[in-house]
Amino acid sequence: MKIKVTDRDGNKHELEGDTSSTLMEIIRDASLDIEAACGGCCACATCHVYIDKKWLNKINTMDDDEESMLDQAFDVKDTSRLSCQINLTEDLDGIELELAPE
Amino acid sequence: MIEKTDVIIIGAGPVGLFAIFELGLLNISCHVIDNLDRPGGQCAELYPEKPIYDIPSRVTITGQELTDDLLAQAKPFNPVYHLNQQVEKIVKLESNEWLVETSLNKTLQANCIVIAAGAGSFVPRKIPIKNIEDLEGKQILYAVRNKKILEGKNLLIAGGGDSALDWTNELAKIANVTLMHRRKDFRAAPDSVSKMLELEKEKKINFLLGQIHNIEKLNNDKINVEVKNKEEFKSVEVDYLLPFFGLKMELGPIANWGLNLEENLIKVDTKKFETSVPSIFAIGDINTYPGKLKLILSGFHEAALMAQECFKYCFPDKKNVFRYTTSSKELQKKLNVL
Repeated sequence: MKIKVTDRDGNKHELEGDTSSTLMEIIRDASLDIEAACGGCCACATCHVYIDKKWLNKINTMDDDEESMLDQAFDVKDTSRLSCQINLTEDLDGIELELAPE
Repeated sequence: MIEKTDVIIIGAGPVGLFAIFELGLLNISCHVIDNLDRPGGQCAELYPEKPIYDIPSRVTITGQELTDDLLAQAKPFNPVYHLNQQVEKIVKLESNEWLVETSLNKTLQANCIVIAAGAGSFVPRKIPIKNIEDLEGKQILYAVRNKKILEGKNLLIAGGGDSALDWTNELAKIANVTLMHRRKDFRAAPDSVSKMLELEKEKKINFLLGQIHNIEKLNNDKINVEVKNKEEFKSVEVDYLLPFFGLKMELGPIANWGLNLEENLIKVDTKKFETSVPSIFAIGDINTYPGKLKLILSGFHEAALMAQECFKYCFPDKKNVFRYTTSSKELQKKLNVL
């Protein structure tokens, strides 16, 4: 499955994803500039991304923990998510997203 | 005054705490320095309530429980903690010992330095807007060091956590405070939230829904904060902006100590966990070597091997006899279990 990421300089990257990973893990392992300081336990807000609108409703919904952790992020939008909380599924093949400022 | 010890451990996270134990078994005494106000590192700061499932023999344990148990395990060795401070400078003495200066002007002397600093030290997260460096520390304050300068001023406090709410409630007594947050839900302690809402009701503070979009310096020493709420923009003119967006980790001064680094991690050998500088060791998430895994349990192993090598620096004339805590009376005496 493909993951299409736009980095903070506007460069586009096409990554290979798999359904046993979270979105953060795929971005991090591709060495894109995402800090993911806490390692994926929803404790830091340094894996903040903007999901392309047309993909938003295909993703598992946001829980209170994630919503509350987003308080530590900057420029939070309606499309904001913490990528460590997004489990990849077959439905998400081709998902497009953008790294948020850090 | 210089405080003398055998080993200085930088970082009071799980691996730094276990290093006290491993060194203690070899009669090596430690001082521990950490930038946070309590031991525990990421475990206590980022995820105190979250369960960890890969600590050997502990089916499940929270970050705080792990910290508490490691503190208890280290206690018989009487470690000295220097909290709320960072190591600023290290100097090698002619005696081959190290002199370590902290940001609170403490000076420590030891045979070895053990860096167990995880991903670095926690510092306030800065606003990712370009060209505001000149304002940081002046009109933009990430920490309140001197309340006096804020008396009677117009303040914009941004954030929804404990720091933002606590400072809103506190500074409302002496200044004109506006609290800004992206939603009207707060993750701060319920008590602070109700106090803040009460202050808002009594019109002692203002609450503004929105996020920082841009910041400009004005000619009168004030700043103009452009606030974005959904698609609407608004300008707020204030004397000070106090953003509280949690903490992030930075390698800090360690980067300038001449150690061989690889992508901000310290290279070590896997026999001794010593860095490229003799008698400086690095253990836990901050080091790198072929096959490195960033796991707490790997850090524990690294601490044990590091201690063996530190012994040679601390007691060059003594023989180190390998002993088990299960059988050695001497070790059991040290642990206060006899």
